[in-house]
Order: sequence, then structure tokens, then C-alpha cells
Amino acid sequence: MNVLEVKNLRKCFDDNLVLDDLSLTVPDHTATVLIGASGSGKSTLLRCINLLDSIDDGSIYLDGREISDPGIDVDEVRRSLGMVFQSFNLFPHMSVLDNITLSPIRVHRIPKAQARDEAMALLRRFDLADKADQFPDRLSGGQQQRVAIIRSIAVKPRLLLLDEITSSLDPVLVNEVLSIVRDLKTEGMAMVLATHEMGFATQVADEVCFLKNGKIIERGPASQVISAPQHSDTQDFLQRVHEAGRL
Amino acid sequence: MNNVSPARDNSGRASLWTPSPREVERQVARNAINRKKILIATTSSILVLGALASLIVTSPGWQVVKETFFDWSYGSEVLGAISKGLIVNIRLTIIAAILIGIFAMVLALLRTSRSAALTPFRFLATAYVDIFRGVPLLLVILLIGFGLPALRIEGLTNSVLILGTAAVVLTYSAYVAEVLRSGILSIHPSQRAAARSLGLTSSQTMRHVVLPQAVKRVVPPLLNDLVALLKDTGLVSILGVTDAVRAAQIASSRTFNYTPYVTAAILFLLITIPLTRYTDRVLAKSIKRQNAQGAA
Repeated sequence: MNVLEVKNLRKCFDDNLVLDDLSLTVPDHTATVLIGASGSGKSTLLRCINLLDSIDDGSIYLDGREISDPGIDVDEVRRSLGMVFQSFNLFPHMSVLDNITLSPIRVHRIPKAQARDEAMALLRRFDLADKADQFPDRLSGGQQQRVAIIRSIAVKPRLLLLDEITSSLDPVLVNEVLSIVRDLKTEGMAMVLATHEMGFATQVADEVCFLKNGKIIERGPASQVISAPQHSDTQDFLQRVHEAGRL
Repeated sequence: MNNVSPARDNSGRASLWTPSPREVERQVARNAINRKKILIATTSSILVLGALASLIVTSPGWQVVKETFFDWSYGSEVLGAISKGLIVNIRLTIIAAILIGIFAMVLALLRTSRSAALTPFRFLATAYVDIFRGVPLLLVILLIGFGLPALRIEGLTNSVLILGTAAVVLTYSAYVAEVLRSGILSIHPSQRAAARSLGLTSSQTMRHVVLPQAVKRVVPPLLNDLVALLKDTGLVSILGVTDAVRAAQIASSRTFNYTPYVTAAILFLLITIPLTRYTDRVLAKSIKRQNAQGAA
């Protein structure tokens, strides 16, 4: 069963073609990693899947249901999608615990006590239990991003979308965030993630897609796309990543 | 990244430190510089203020002005009546502030909503704000205070106090709605995206994520408007409401001495100055908080 199917997706911002006839399939319990330079369309693809950006052509299916239908209830679709952003986007006026329980309580109508217990269990599991009552601005970037991940999985989504979640972090904080994602992957959470961390991509990816100018130029297992790229564009890109010391 | 200040973390170690001889030297030098600065500030203040005072006191009309504007025995005689009037202003301010808060919030929410069903209301709210922001408050008070009773609508109040308050509420709601709207628009779209991606509807996003942050951000300008509101309640005196301004007017017309006006002004200042100082403090705090957030 495929969690997500994207067919011939096209997205423009004014005259700028950002996604060009892009197709993608994500089977259940698998991780698809999007790599490519900034501006290649990775983030836009994730935002389109989450219906945060409208699309210009093509269709998107979640669990076999077309969610790119204009009449669809977007709030209902988003209930089964989790998204984590590059800049964390925690709610600064709420404690860590309230950030996590907001959606379970308000959207999923889970009783308050139960939502708090479940949130505390997640915080304990990822060593953040002592931060439950703190406000986001008292946390390090890595802690904030871990809270953001917990917030997105607290509602038990079908698919997790991770948009360059380590790009704004201090290098020494990257691993504590990635280890959560590794855990979730082991548990069988289906996910699509955009990242610049090639080592991490190799570890979690079932499929790696290299994007350039809104197109998937090369796709396949990490052992092919990252370790032995076939396409010259992929080779160029990885060479530049390597020179920047990120491989 | 980490916002915990080193001073907090190392307070134990910080108190154990003894300054080096060089630091002691520097401290002595800094104290000398500070003393010099204080001396300069004091001297220049005395010179400027003294020059201003002597200019006023030596002016040809000073004796007359002193008798007609600063007759303190008459001032204390009318203090009671004016204070009573000021209580009317304060009451009016409190009641108006509550009504303004509610009405302005409705206007701001309408203007920022994107719901199709609310389109006519959005249009009306925009027109309302345009009109009431553009007409002088005094005119609105006159039009409502004298115009509405002239319609002789059954059951409509003739109380100038209520009509005056209504006029103030109508005008100030337009100002405050714009302040609230600017606060709502100042919340970064990523906050809304985060909330929507969690499945919150747009009204839940507004209520739980955008509004709490927006209102907090506009507290300083709102306090500014509160000070202005208190002063502007004095304008309803034109309808014959016996507030502080009207009380002062009555007192001075009896004797042709203007000291009651000065007395009323001082009474207003006794409330507005602490309130403005407080506003400045809140503003400074919120700027500091926002800068800290930017650095994080």
C-alpha cells in the first residue's frame, strides 16, 4: 500500500516553474529523502503535499484518496499529516507541553489528561521531560526542533514531512535531532524528508530522489544515488556537497 | 542558540572572583568619568531651566498671568468640584475602554478574515474604520450628541453622558481596531503554517496561536491609546456633561479666573504621567524580549 502518490505535479510561482511534472510514490513504512540544491523545489514539494501551497497541475493521493481535489477538507487532510519546519516554528507563547497538546486537544478532541500523559510519555522517551513546563525561548535549537518533531507525531500522523529540519542548527546539535528521526523510521513511520545531511540520508532512506529545477533527475536507493550516482547533475551536486565538507 | 545567560549559570563562580589591580584602576577611572558627566548634566540643566524661568517671570505680563492662572487659594477652593468631574472622566474611560476593546476586536477580526461568507462585513468594517479614523472626534461627539436626540426615536436615550460615551467608543474603536490588525499582521506566516499543518482550522489558529501573540505585541500602543482616551473624554464636556473640563469651565466663568483650568490640567497629569511612564516601561520590556527572540 502506498501512503503517498504524487502524479505529474506542476507548481509555478508567477513565471517561475518550481515543480515540473514531478511524480513520486511513498510506500507505507518507508522514508523518501529529497536532496538537491536550495531552490530545487524540495520545500515546495513538501508544502504542496501538506496543502500549504496550491498546485497548478497534477494530483496528490494520500492513502489512495485524492487530496488535490478542490472540494477537499484541508483541515481533515492535515490531521493525518505531520510537518516539521526548518525554523522549528514552535508557538512562543505556550509551554513545551502546551505546544505538543494543542492539536491533540483542540483538533483530535482527546481528553486533556490523556493528551498530557501521552505528551509526557513522548517527552520522557526523548529525554525532554524536564523541559515540559519551559517556554521555547529557554531551549537550545536542538531541543526546540526535537519538541517540534514530538509535536508533529503527537497526533499519530500517517506520513511525516520533514523540511530541512537540521539546516538552522549548530553542527553539534544536529545529531540529537536526527537520532529521533532514526527512531521513528525504525518504528515504521512513513516519511518524506528534505535534507542536506548526506550521511543521514544514506542511513534512513529507502529511496533517494535528487531534484534539480523542479524535476527528479535521479532516484533509487542511497547506495546508488549518493554512493554511485549515474547522472552527471547528481555527480556535480554531490561533488559540491563534498567540497563543502558535508559528506 | 542557548538563551540561558552565563551570569545565571555561573553565579556561584561569579561571586568568588576578585578583581585584578588593573580592573580596580579602571573602575576608579570610570567613576571619575561618571562624576564629571553628572556635574555637566546638572550645570546645563540649571542653566537652561533657570533661563526659561527667568524669561517667564520677568516678562511684562507675568503679574497678570500669575494672578489669573496661578491663584492657588482659588485653585484649592475649586479642587473638590473638579476632582468630582475627573471621576466622571475616569469612569467614562473605564466603561469606554471595555466597549472599545470588544468592538475593535470584532472590527480587526473582520478585516483580517478571509472567509467568503464574511465578505460584506469585511467591506463594512473597512468602510467604518476609514470613516471614523478620518473624522475629528469633536465632530462625532457633536453629531451624535445633538443629532441622535433630534431624530426623536422612541426609547433612544437623551442622556448626554451616554451619547458622549458612544461617540468616543465609535471613534476610538476604529483606531484600536487598526492597532490590533497591525498586531495580527505582524505575526510571521510560519506560525500560521505550523498551526495549520497540525490540523487547526483557521479560526482555531487565530484564537490559539495568532491572537495571543498579536495582543501581547500591541500592548504598548494600546496603553498609549488609553492615555489619549482619558484626555479625550474631556471633549464630551461640550455636550454639557459635568466632567473635569466642564467643572473647570463653570468655576472660571464665575470669577473670570483661569486657575481652575490649570488645576484640571494638573489633575489629568497626575494620572497620565504615571500611565505614560508605565507604558514606556512595558514598551522597553517588549523590545528587549523581541530582540532576545531575534537573537535566539
